[in-house]
Amino acid sequence: MIKRSVFENRMLPYLLILPQVLITAAFFYWPAFQGLGQSMMISDPFGLHTTFVWFDNFFALFRDPLYLRSIGITLVFSTATAMVSISLGLFIATMANRALKFKALIRTLLIWPYAVAPAISGILWLFLLHPSYGIVSLSIKKWFGTAWNPVLNGTDALVMIIMASAWKEVSYNFVFFVAGMQAVPKSLIEAAAMDGASPFRRFRSITLPLLSPTLFFLTVMNIIYAFFETFGVIHTVTQGGPGGATNTMVYKVYQDGFIGLNLGSSSAQSVVLMALIIFITVMQFRYVEKKVQYTG
Amino acid sequence: MVEKTPILDAFTYIFLTVGIFIVGFPIIYALVAATLPIEAVAKVPMPLIPGDQFWVNMTTAWEKGDLGTQLLNSLIMASGITFGKIAVSMLGAFSIVYFDYRFRTVAFVTVFCTLMLPVEVRILPTYEMAANLFGPLQGLWDTLVPDSVTRWFAGHDIEVRLELSLLDSYPGLILPLVASATCTFLFRQFFLTIPEELCEAAKMDGASAMTFFTKILLPLSRTNIAALVVIEFVYGWNQYLWPLLITTNPKMMTAVIGLQNLIPQADDLPFWNVALAGAIIVMLPPILVVLMMQRWFVKGLVDTEK
Repeated sequence: MIKRSVFENRMLPYLLILPQVLITAAFFYWPAFQGLGQSMMISDPFGLHTTFVWFDNFFALFRDPLYLRSIGITLVFSTATAMVSISLGLFIATMANRALKFKALIRTLLIWPYAVAPAISGILWLFLLHPSYGIVSLSIKKWFGTAWNPVLNGTDALVMIIMASAWKEVSYNFVFFVAGMQAVPKSLIEAAAMDGASPFRRFRSITLPLLSPTLFFLTVMNIIYAFFETFGVIHTVTQGGPGGATNTMVYKVYQDGFIGLNLGSSSAQSVVLMALIIFITVMQFRYVEKKVQYTG
Repeated sequence: MVEKTPILDAFTYIFLTVGIFIVGFPIIYALVAATLPIEAVAKVPMPLIPGDQFWVNMTTAWEKGDLGTQLLNSLIMASGITFGKIAVSMLGAFSIVYFDYRFRTVAFVTVFCTLMLPVEVRILPTYEMAANLFGPLQGLWDTLVPDSVTRWFAGHDIEVRLELSLLDSYPGLILPLVASATCTFLFRQFFLTIPEELCEAAKMDGASAMTFFTKILLPLSRTNIAALVVIEFVYGWNQYLWPLLITTNPKMMTAVIGLQNLIPQADDLPFWNVALAGAIIVMLPPILVVLMMQRWFVKGLVDTEK
């Protein structure tokens, strides 16, 4: 991990790394440790009295039906968002990879939602799914006869934020799948074709296995995206409602901490999230390094 | 592909068109709505033929949402994050790869531990930190210097308060988001692929470390920098939670947050035409950056994240 030829200098390397270390210490390590400490304390809303309570906040958290519900909501939301955006991304990428002409144009037409802020994606979908003006909700009503109302119905609201979040992420997955498919050796595909394998068979037996590292990586990234970056979607569109139906774990941290001023519980929730994401990351490294290694 | 499959090709193009349409539909629909007067938007169903109110709606959104100020704030924040991240991580990676010093591994590990943890998981304490940058120093002072010492020194009771707030300021919007290692990781990977001979030759010619950095490393990293500029600009522009917390002054609000005020609430008239016109203005800058720098963006994205 280091070059054999290096520069000799006593102070310079420290000076060079200093800005990064300072910023990381101030805005990463210090807050992280503060958060750990706060998660074991109970303070009144004005911050006048603080009591150290060990793990009481965590025990209370996992006994709180509202928190357990928000875990469930987060799981459903992130799994659905990841599945929708990954399958759509894979499908479109497969098509785009087959299309010989217009490759650049197709990519340009598909790539731009990446640049749309999740919050703005939320606004666009809120308009499409608005109970009284939205074209999609009106079509649902017309064709299926059921009223669609994300403002009042929790399930409808959850579906709405899933659609808004997944829509934006399709282009991200598309970019990675296209890059992954371009790395599949042409000779393999040609050899299989000469052996009489159909395009579908070639996709299933060659392309898909070779894409499995990409697929795994994207699953992790999409879940992390659904956990954290969709805060903007939820805040602009549903604000956790109706009746807490879209109150995901990250949104609850914000609500309990900044609106409810329940600092202890909010910090404990942050610590749970931190543990969760560290777990996902470790899994990713272990799994990607060991299991999913088809490409040489 | 390999053999001729006209039917499959036809299906490919049909499905692709459908796919592009699905991806593009929300924006096409929003664009149409942004050209209509309010009576037309409120009509059920909304007409799909564009109207002539585009400029009117744009101007209304611009004034009602104070978009001039907010777009400037977004621009400053996004550019600050982009520049900050790239500068800090390039220097950091240079230090880690091209020098051998005692705390190199420590520095490496401390920086890289931050790789995957977004600001969202530590919002409360980061907010406290930004509210008073000297908070940790104050704590240190309080523990190290007991009251009796200050009393003896000053002759009476004094309270030492160290305070520097970053709330409602550009450094507050920018700095906490610069603390991430993704860029450092990319630059480190890239520096490791640069042949040793370049460094050797530079040293033989008597170049100092910083000359090597500015004359050789910087020009070689052009593509990587371009790619990161796109990714980090989009990241910075689209930030939500952090600017929401740290700005209370409307003059410091960023555009993505400010849009919330344009969305019609339950008892308002449905000014969706204005809200969507505003949304289009705010999403345009990052989209343009991505489309104009597509080639670098794709390369950068695939390189950084993997």
